[in-house]
Order: sequence, then structure tokens, then C-alpha cells
Amino acid sequence: MAPGMQAVRDRAPALKRQSMPRAKRAAIVGIPAFFVLAITGSASLGLIVAALIFFALYIPAWDVLPLGKWIVPLGVILIAVLYPVYQPNLFDVLIFGNFPSVDTGVTMMIFIMMALGLNIVVGYAGLLDLGYVAFYAMGAYTVAWFASQHFSNVNVHAGGVGTAPSTPGFHISIWIVLIIAGVFATIGGILIGFPTLRLRGDYLAIVTLGFGEIMPQVANNGDNLLGHNITNGPQGINPIDPPGFGDTLHNAVGLPSDYLSSTNSTRLFYWTALFLVLFTVFCSARLRDSRLGRAWIAIREDETAAAAMGVPLMRTKTWAYAGGAFFGGVAGAYYGSFKGGTFPGDFYFNISVFILCMVILGGMGNIWGVIVGAAFLSYLNQEGLANIGAWMNKNGVSDFFFGKDIDVPLYTSGIFGIILVLTMLFRPEGLIPSERRKAEFREGVHDQPLYDVTHE
Amino acid sequence: MATEQARIRVARPRHRPDVLNIIGVLFLIAIALWLIKNFIEAPADFYNLFLIGLTNGCVYGLVAIGYSLVYGILELINFAHGDVFMLGGMLVATMTTSWALTNKSGIVLWLFILLMLLIAMAFCATINTTIEIVAYRRLRNAPRLAPLITAIGMSFILQNIGLVWKGARPTSVPDILPHGTVFTIGGVPYTWNRLIVVLFTIPVLLALMWLVQRTRHGKAMRATAQDRDAAAMMGISVNRTISFTFFIAGSLAGAAALLYALYITNIRYTEGFRVGLIAFTAAVLGGIGNLPGAVLGGLVIGFVESFNNGLGWHAPGSDWTQSIIFAILILILVFRPEGLLGERTPEGV
Repeated sequence: MAPGMQAVRDRAPALKRQSMPRAKRAAIVGIPAFFVLAITGSASLGLIVAALIFFALYIPAWDVLPLGKWIVPLGVILIAVLYPVYQPNLFDVLIFGNFPSVDTGVTMMIFIMMALGLNIVVGYAGLLDLGYVAFYAMGAYTVAWFASQHFSNVNVHAGGVGTAPSTPGFHISIWIVLIIAGVFATIGGILIGFPTLRLRGDYLAIVTLGFGEIMPQVANNGDNLLGHNITNGPQGINPIDPPGFGDTLHNAVGLPSDYLSSTNSTRLFYWTALFLVLFTVFCSARLRDSRLGRAWIAIREDETAAAAMGVPLMRTKTWAYAGGAFFGGVAGAYYGSFKGGTFPGDFYFNISVFILCMVILGGMGNIWGVIVGAAFLSYLNQEGLANIGAWMNKNGVSDFFFGKDIDVPLYTSGIFGIILVLTMLFRPEGLIPSERRKAEFREGVHDQPLYDVTHE
Repeated sequence: MATEQARIRVARPRHRPDVLNIIGVLFLIAIALWLIKNFIEAPADFYNLFLIGLTNGCVYGLVAIGYSLVYGILELINFAHGDVFMLGGMLVATMTTSWALTNKSGIVLWLFILLMLLIAMAFCATINTTIEIVAYRRLRNAPRLAPLITAIGMSFILQNIGLVWKGARPTSVPDILPHGTVFTIGGVPYTWNRLIVVLFTIPVLLALMWLVQRTRHGKAMRATAQDRDAAAMMGISVNRTISFTFFIAGSLAGAAALLYALYITNIRYTEGFRVGLIAFTAAVLGGIGNLPGAVLGGLVIGFVESFNNGLGWHAPGSDWTQSIIFAILILILVFRPEGLLGERTPEGV
């Protein structure tokens, strides 16, 4: 008998023991839900298949098996990768309507990436950053500078696609620009972080908010910055070159040369975004378990004790900032390329709070939680609220409660506010918390020095 | 010894290099020279902007006191404060229009304004106290960032209420304050609608300082601010004291909202966030937790704003006002977190 099979035999009782409570939970939720859906006529073959796949991933305690800890992540990745393929055949969900389109999926992926980046700052290191949108803006403007016709007095082509060689401006390959954007944002994060990170929690939040508010104003007024047109002011910079691998790689290995002009352009955007998310997840997980990550968590839990144990506070916090900024910058750059333009109106405070809301709802510090929170909230923002509103208006729910049809997307910011308040009041650790963070919120962390320790 | 070393590393006192002080002084001198140059170029403009700055500064000061009071007692930045102010302004807009106050004059008008003042103060005080009970009370012992996050949430909710109530466009408020000239400086008339703001702020500040420093309620507030547990042991009802503080802060926001709405004559749902941040900057500038400091900070910010918007000679202009104010906020927090008048410990009200 192969040693692997032997191991499975040995662990079989544990597998059964640990799976039972989950099976019970799934039954308690699943059976009534099935009846409700059957009565409302929403039960379809697609739904049953989806439920079976979900339960197959959720119920068995896969992690007791050898290599079992990879089964659930791989399953989820597979579901995500194949999403554009089976999305047209999906069933309608009660109230929420259609599943998100692949286009929305791209936006969701980008917000997941930003939320994971913010999670490094807020979730791991416990530094409240209310100006995260600044890094997003840096990334978006980087791609606008290096992959568009904005600087019309130069003509640099280095792998940029979608433009003729005679087009003026920088046209650098998007893959290089993504890295440049990340590096720019990281430098920005270090520059912002260095003077401010010695401040105590809520003061730091305000300072970051200040930077976050200055950024769109600079973008807005940047069409005449000491006589130079840096950001093209309120009109923003567009068009931005689409992503792509160029003709050489296209002819050699068949990679798509230009996303926008290919037939399955949305799918290409989606898969690239998914790849970026996976990269972010990988980095987040590795960072969390690294020496640096453990230092972040130590600072979050007790700054004084961490300093006493020899954790260099400033350096560690600055790295958290830089790490968060990097992913914000890359996400911003990809978003700019996806939308084909960068506009200063996209970088206001509400976006910062929106991303913060994702991290808090999902569960600060937990990668799964943040992904779920970000996917759900960005879906709500893009499609969900409009769908819910349409459903309410169609089925008389609005009439019943308000006496008229209501425009649900009008209430977006209020809904996000309510989510923030309710989460903080009743489940401060988020929907899918990390065990450690949960303990901190439930038991409290008695680390509230009046000033940062370096002041005393 | 390892721990000793760590302690030394942590507790190393920060000696600010003198270079920073010199740069700061040079910067202030440059600003003074810039102001003098502008004064010589166009004195009438200068006086006018001075009066605008004074008036706006007083409104910012009143809002800033609200931040300062709440921060003093809970060490919480009440993000929703600016939005409470905004809702008060919208209520004033509604009242002014629906009572047709443009047709009234003389003593009747003043009585109506007084009535509006009381209603606006009561309205904002109620909202602010409710917010405290709903969103902050449960989180007294939670990690520090938790109530800050609910405060942001409440701010968004109130903004949304304002948006649904009055729509996305600015709501105009009828101009009912008299415009008669009180006196003239440098050829610029000082009109009643501006003076009334200043005339209101100074007594409010004095009354508030009396309240905090001389009355039993004030004593309870100061005690709660210093040590909540000890205050409770001494028989102070901590919850009631905190509610009272929010009540006072809210009523000041209501008063500021009335003055702002009648003086600026329009209000928009985002205005609360903008004014709130400016006022918070003012509170930090003056030394958060310090009442005269808040008003002083408000005046400074008011002057910065009006001079920057209006001066003719090399002013950055209104495009940059917000950025300059936030830059001041950042610089103050980084280099002098105790503010102009504050002390190092932010515990005294």
C-alpha cells in the first residue's frame, strides 16, 4: 500500500469527526434555503450544481488529509478561473438577480487587490489608513503617464500596444508600468509614512486622511503646476493604452497582443486581474508568516511590548505602509488601463472608506475574509444595489415601505456607513475573522499610550 | 541589560534639531512679509478679506469647540460632528424658506432668528447625543480605532440623509440678515450680517469656559476626561456627563449651522465633511481639548482661507485652499501635536 493511502486511512476518523458539525450546519442552512428557493421558483439545475460544489469544498475537513490544505484554495481558484466560461449559464439569485457580469468581475478583482493591500496596513499592522486612495491615485496616474499620449513632446515606445509607432508620448509595456506604479506608490508610501508613522492611531488616521484629500486636489489642479501640465486637470488623462503582450510574443507563443482589440477582451482583463489577485494573496500570506509579518502583528497587539522586545517600530510600520502602498499602486495602474482613463474625480475620500469598509466587513487581518468582503461590497456597488432596487420596485417592497419607487443606489454611502457601524458594534472582528484578531476585539488590547512611545 | 537597552531605545527623548525651528521662523517671517506686501498693494482688499476671515473663522471656531469638547472627554475624533452641523444648516434652510422670513423685518425677524437658533441647537444636540448613545457608548472599552470607524460610518449615514433630504445640488438659504453698515475700516464697511457671527461667538466661548471651569457639570466633565473609572468611583455619572458633553457640542454645531447658513446663504450635503475637517484642523491647531485654542485655531484657519482665496499678490488661490489647510494639519500633527495653546497631555477639557 502506498504511504499516502496509509496516511488517509489513519486520518479517516479525524476527517469524519471534524466534518460532522459542518455537515450539520450546512444542512440547517441549506435545507430551508432550498425550500424557499423551490417555492419561489428559483431552484434550477445550476443552483443544485453550485450548492453541491460548495458543500463538497466546505463540509469535509480537507486539511486533515496530506496536501489537503490545498484542496479548498485550488477549488476556489478553479471556480474563479472558469467564471467567464459558465457565467452566462448561471441561475438568478433571489433578490440579487443575475450573477455579476465578467466586466464587474474585473472591478471586483481590482478592489479585492486594493483591499488586500489595505489589509496589510490596517489588518496586520493595525494602523488606520484613511487615505489609501492616494496610492490608488499614484498608480492610476503612473499608467496614465507611461502608457498614453499625455507627454506629447516625447516619443518613447517600449512594448506599448494599441498605438502606432509614430504616436507621441510614453508607450511602455503595461507589465513594466504595473511594476513602476507599484514602486512609485511604495516610494510615496514611505515618504508619507516616514514623518507621520510616529503618531498615535487616530492622529495617524487624520494625517493619512489629509494626504488622501490633498491628492485629488493636486490631480485636479495639476494641469498647471508651475507651468507644467502634469495631470491634465479635471478632464483627466485618456485614452490609456490597453494591456497586451505585443505582436512579437503574439506570433511566437500566441499570447494576446492587445486586449482591447481581441475578441474575448473582457475575459482577458478578468484573467489578468485574477492573476494579479492571486499574486497579491500569495504575497500577503507569505508576508504575514514572515518575520516582518509577525512584527506587524506584535505592534498591532502591543506597541510598547513589541518595542521592548526589539521590534524597530518605525521601520516595521514603514514597511507595512510601503507594502500596502505597493498593491494599491499596482491595482490603480491596472484599473487605469482597464478603464482606459484616469480622472481626478475617482480619488475622493469615499473610495478610501469604501475599501476600509471591505476590510472591516470581511475581517481585518484575514485574507479569506478580506476577499469575501471586497468581492461582496464592490459587487453591491457595481451591480448589486441597482439589482436589489429593481427587485424592490418591481415586487412592491418599495411601495409597501416607502409608498413609492426608490432609487437604491442613491443610498450607497448610507448603506456603507450602516455596514461600518453595525460591523463595529456587533461583530468588530468581521464576518470571517482571524482567530487572533477576534481575541483582540473580544478581550481588548490594553495598549493605549497617550502618545507614541518615542515621545516620552 | 537587555530590557534596559530596549527602554532607552524606546524612551529616547526627541530633541528637535534647531534647524527645524529656524525653518519654521523663516517661514512665518516670509508669510508676514507676504501679508505686508499685499496690504501695501491693496489695503481695501486686505481689510475686506480680514473681515471675511474673521467671520468664517468664528464659525469654524464654534464647530471646532465641538470637536475639542468631545476629544477632551473621550479622546475620540467625532467624525460625524461636521455632518451634524450640515443637517442643522439644512434645517435652517427649510425653516427660513417655509416661514417666509424674507418678508419680515425688525424685531419680529430677530425673534424668529432666535427661535430658529434654539430649534437648530436642540436639533443638532439631539442628533449628536443620539449618535453617542447608538454608535460610541458600546465601544467605550473597545480598541481605540473601533469608535473612530463607527464615527466615519455615522458621518456617511448623515451625509446620505442630507443628500436624500435636499438633493445633490447646493440648497440656497434666503438672505435675511440685515446688511446695514456698523462701522467702516479702511473704506470697507463692516456689516451687521458679519458682525452678528462675531458677536455670537465671543459670549458663547466665555459661557462655555465658565461652564467647564466653574460649574459642577464642568467639574464632572473634567474629572471624566482625566480618569473615567476614578470619576465613576467619586459618584459622577459618567454616561450622563458624556451625553451632556455631546449635547453641548451638538448645540454649538447647531448654532454654527444657523450662522453659517444665514451668512453664506447656501448649504450642500458635502459641506459638513468639508467644514468638519477644517474645524478639526482648527481644533488641532489650537491644541485639541483646549476651548480658547479651538476658537483661535478657527480664526487662524479662517484668515488662511480668506487671504489665500482673495489676496492679489502671489496667493496660491482657492484651488489650493483645502490642500494648504490639510498641509497645516499634517505639519502641526507631526511637529507640534500639542497645538498652539495645548499641553502635551490631551486630557484636560
